[in-house]
Amino acid sequence: MRYLPLIWAGLWRKPVRSVLTFLCVLVSFLLFGALHGVSAALGDIVSSMSDTRLRIQSRVNISEPLPFAHLARIERVDGVQGAGYYNFFGGYYQEPSNSFSSGAVDIARMGIMFPEINLAPDVVEKMKRTRDGAVIGEDLAKEYGWKVGDRIPLRSNVWVRKDGAPEWSFEIVGTYTWTNNIPSNELWMNYDYFDEARTFGNGTVTLYFARIADAKRAAAISDEIDRLFANSAFETQTQNERDWIRGRMSQAGDIGFFINAIIAAIMSALLLVTAFTMMQSVRERIPELAVLKTYGFGNGTVVSLVFGEALLICALAAGLGLTVAYFAEPPIYRMIGAGGLRLPWSVIGAGFALAAALAVVSSVLPARRAQTLNIVDALAAR
Amino acid sequence: MAALVSIRNVVKGYVRGKQRVEVLHGLNLDVEAGEFLALMGPSGSGKTTLLNLIGGLDRPDKGEIAVAGQRIDQLSSGQLAKWRARHVGFIFQFYNLLPVLTAERNVEVPLLLTKLSSRERKRNVHAALELVGLADRAKHKPSELSGGQQQRVAIARAIIADPTLLVCDEPTGDLDRDTSESILDLLQMLNRNHGKTIVMVTHDPRAADHASRRLYVDKGTLTDTTLGAAA
Repeated sequence: MRYLPLIWAGLWRKPVRSVLTFLCVLVSFLLFGALHGVSAALGDIVSSMSDTRLRIQSRVNISEPLPFAHLARIERVDGVQGAGYYNFFGGYYQEPSNSFSSGAVDIARMGIMFPEINLAPDVVEKMKRTRDGAVIGEDLAKEYGWKVGDRIPLRSNVWVRKDGAPEWSFEIVGTYTWTNNIPSNELWMNYDYFDEARTFGNGTVTLYFARIADAKRAAAISDEIDRLFANSAFETQTQNERDWIRGRMSQAGDIGFFINAIIAAIMSALLLVTAFTMMQSVRERIPELAVLKTYGFGNGTVVSLVFGEALLICALAAGLGLTVAYFAEPPIYRMIGAGGLRLPWSVIGAGFALAAALAVVSSVLPARRAQTLNIVDALAAR
Repeated sequence: MAALVSIRNVVKGYVRGKQRVEVLHGLNLDVEAGEFLALMGPSGSGKTTLLNLIGGLDRPDKGEIAVAGQRIDQLSSGQLAKWRARHVGFIFQFYNLLPVLTAERNVEVPLLLTKLSSRERKRNVHAALELVGLADRAKHKPSELSGGQQQRVAIARAIIADPTLLVCDEPTGDLDRDTSESILDLLQMLNRNHGKTIVMVTHDPRAADHASRRLYVDKGTLTDTTLGAAA
């Protein structure tokens, strides 16, 4: 600590250079935090998905409906503990830009199929009694300022009402949250009400869910379900949730590889910039370092001062960059459907470790130069 | 009086390019404790080399150097650094202050190697600046001080750790006559009133007049006062 004023003063020898280096490190670690944060969030999404819940959709594609009659047959498959269903609604509030995730469900089955939902039993009961009722996520309620008892008009990008009314009106009967940090930003309506009111597609659903007890049997049960409907007009494709989301992500490419490649490129460039700055800084201060040595500062102390300077600038800038990333991440997470998450501490810790490594590596040559500096030659400016 | 600095048969040379140039040829010298010695001589005569050896900044190729009974020519570079921190204060021609530090921070530098607390260091720094007449410029950076003031700060830095020996390399070489006089008076005061042993390299006979003894270095050997004065 007693050398801190000396290190700090050294940084301000060339303020413009120090500030530019600081900004360079800051922006790099902001990117590091943001990119690794996205990667970690995607990882969180994958790990939050269940491997004991199967997802059954049309083999053709997700928009092809499956007949409601599949439900009873899925429920009878050995190893299946229960099943539920979901029909895509594609709703928006007032303007198409205000679209959010919405679907028709059997709310009683939702609670069973998704034990990670916080859904009060009285809300389930009230939903059963209210045909045009809707349960909304608390995040969604906050976003639009909706509360229980409100009646909200929605429009759908897909579904038209038989009565010709342009809007679907729902009464909010309650809210839910997820226990595993997933954003609660959906609206669920009663399937029966929706199915009766829509002009086409009656008696079909977008997808089914099936709960199984043993994750190790997921593949075998999935195969069995798909075999049930093989060669029919409504063939299915069954996967556990975790594999399904992994598959979806891999369609976008190896995200982890891209992120690591970008970060490696940024850090390599940063290493060169910081090392160059440190070299220049030490070169300019050779006489000053010689004076310190003259007054008895040992090689180790002088080397520590050089390392300390690099460490101070890297740690401060990385800390600020990661802090900015920490507060900038939530909107990014919301964009990728992981709102409610925070930049993981593991990424912040890795960032600081990388900053320390950067400081050490970039100071090796300048520190070596300071260490081997000959006092007599340096004072004589030889 | 016992010799504080004892130099025996010291040989020192440097390799410049492919050639080895011997600067000091078997030199002998005793500096008594409390003495103010001026080393004079033409450029390239070896006086700064001798000063560097006395101050422990360099080591002889041959011969012995003892300061206060300790053979410093046998110390490792780490031991020599610690020895310098405890026993020697340095004053340079161009002051060699750290430009980013204030006067008080510059003076404090040697004390950073001691176990003194921050409060004690501050107190000592203030006393040293008071002694050199610059207590009111403690917060100023070197660029905000005149040459004479910078040299006073350098002197305060040199004496802050209460060294046995002060080595001065042309301390007035960059100053005008009046300022030089005041700096030399200050060194004389430190020698007479505070018992500091001073070895000073100078070209200036007027500066040497402030010393209690003067010696001439010529072609790597010492000549006596009379010869030097005649030359």
